[in-house]
Amino acid sequence: MRFIRRNLLAVVAILVLIYLFIPIAVVAILSFNKPSGKFNISWTQFSTDAWTNLCGVPGVCSSFVTSIQIGIIATIVATALGTMIAFALVRYRFRGRSTTNLLIFLPMATPEVVLGSSLLALFLNLRFPLGQWTVVIAHIMFIISFVVVTVKARLQGLDPRLEEAARDLYANPRSTFRYVTLPLVAPGIAGAALLGFSLSFDDFIISYFNAGTLVTFPIFIWGAAQRGIPVQVNALATLVFVIALLIVLGSQVVNYRRRRKLVST
Amino acid sequence: MAGAVRQVEDLHLLNLTKKFADVAAVDDLTLTIPAGSFFALLGASGCGKTTTLRRVAGLEDPTAGAIKIGARDITDLRAFQRPVNTVFQSYALFPHLDIFENVAFGLRRRGIKDVKTPVNQMLELVELSAMARRKPTQLSGGQQQRVAVARALINEPDVLLLDEPLGALDLKLRRQMQIELKRIQHEVGTTFVHVTHDQEEAMTMADTVAIMNAGRIEQMGNPAAIYELPKTVFVANFLGQSNLITGTAQGRTGDDILVSAHGRTYVVPAARSTAGGDSMIVGVRPEKMTVLDAVDGHRAPDAHNKVLGRVTDVSYAGVSTQYQVRTPWDQELTVFEQNVIVGDRCSVGDEVLLHWSPEHTFGLDGVQDVHAGASPELVDLEAAASALESRGA
Repeated sequence: MRFIRRNLLAVVAILVLIYLFIPIAVVAILSFNKPSGKFNISWTQFSTDAWTNLCGVPGVCSSFVTSIQIGIIATIVATALGTMIAFALVRYRFRGRSTTNLLIFLPMATPEVVLGSSLLALFLNLRFPLGQWTVVIAHIMFIISFVVVTVKARLQGLDPRLEEAARDLYANPRSTFRYVTLPLVAPGIAGAALLGFSLSFDDFIISYFNAGTLVTFPIFIWGAAQRGIPVQVNALATLVFVIALLIVLGSQVVNYRRRRKLVST
Repeated sequence: MAGAVRQVEDLHLLNLTKKFADVAAVDDLTLTIPAGSFFALLGASGCGKTTTLRRVAGLEDPTAGAIKIGARDITDLRAFQRPVNTVFQSYALFPHLDIFENVAFGLRRRGIKDVKTPVNQMLELVELSAMARRKPTQLSGGQQQRVAVARALINEPDVLLLDEPLGALDLKLRRQMQIELKRIQHEVGTTFVHVTHDQEEAMTMADTVAIMNAGRIEQMGNPAAIYELPKTVFVANFLGQSNLITGTAQGRTGDDILVSAHGRTYVVPAARSTAGGDSMIVGVRPEKMTVLDAVDGHRAPDAHNKVLGRVTDVSYAGVSTQYQVRTPWDQELTVFEQNVIVGDRCSVGDEVLLHWSPEHTFGLDGVQDVHAGASPELVDLEAAASALESRGA
């Protein structure tokens, strides 16, 4: 009893972490399963079939690649546009600034079903052929909001005196941006891009409305779920998770090393 | 660069005006700052001193006026084109660059290829060579301050601007940095323009002090000269403390003006008076006065100015004792007396005679508010005290 009371915080934290990671663990474990029937639900036998033959099921890999392509294009465009909007909103006073600030939040607040179906109606009315580009356009539209919000927060936290100091030290406006503003805002932009990519890669509802015959990874899984999800999906999902984990760990290690180096000098 | 004699030129500010929504932060300011001097702009917050500095740096757009270095007009040059560098109040070191790169920043922007030698020299000058590869956040306040100075000085500016550079440091470190800055200024010979609200800092560091009030220069000159002979009530109260007695000029005897106030006549040398009309303020610094027990009053020299009063407070502070003396017309005078007397000091309630030499007396124009420039707490305290008294009465 006393042990629990003393370590209550740690115990609760561990419980929450377990709660968060159980689904991921189940997905990862089942990627090594050899299901007896169509449904990969219960454990039958250990096997690495799915891992050695990742693209073994028709459509898995092509949909995966499609999603990554869409994610990269949408992220690049949305990050560029969103960063510029954030700079404009923070740095300049202009008419309609507060309105713009408000409108930027709308795509985040609107239910995705509404957004997806309205966009579909728009594309159909314009006779715009549905496919990869309609999905890209839709993703850019909702990712921009997240980029603007993230970059804006970073910019607002930037001491304006740093840019004044740069100007004072012979940096013209272009160099000031290149050597002071950009490096200081870069972590915010990078964070916004990562968030944007994961939102795009993950999106099902808006994509489903506007994809036409195109199959993205989430749409593939949705379709497969009717007939039984192939084990390869688990393997790919685990792969994505592991890559994300490695990126995070890598950046932590780099930071840690840098700090150690600085302390020792 | 250290020790080398460089050609430096005077900095001229001509009819400088800066308005923020019709309120003049700097009001028609004309000023020449001599080449190679350590110049302090002293004033309370909001007096326009920082605005003046930012105008010189090019960080604030002008409303009117001109800025020249020697014969060169730099009024319309942008900040990055001016041969002027700034040490910012919060240092504004670039957090993403290490100390070496912070110091090298200005050289690199000007396309100078070999930055290693000058940067290392500069870091040596400010005694931070060992810290070259650290990030600003890993340095102490005093070290960051020296980096800020090095980062500005390495560009060999014609004028170095310092915006309250010691404001963020604790008292002990501030004293150290004052000496340090003086040494650096002596070594590089650049004109330093130092903005501060700390009068002691301005007096100990600067060759020339300009006291600013409401966008104008009240008085400018050598710190000792200003202290000994303030020309306005604001200066008398803002730089150090003063005892100011309001009176009326009665005429002259020789080189002296006779002023009558509260039934006594005071002698003010005409050369030490800035009064225009008959209404005059007689001023004297607290340490120039001598306290005598009233019964020993005859020992005061005849030629001295005198005031009778009652001691209301005595505070012993080691080197000196501070007396508060209330005059018959209910004015509090302050006296500092060096603790060289053997025996009894005056105590609260004693009737005393204060006397001081006419040579230490200064005359001010009587149409000014006698509280101008006094620290607001003091004025508030006095107001509160009189409010209390009137309620008790």
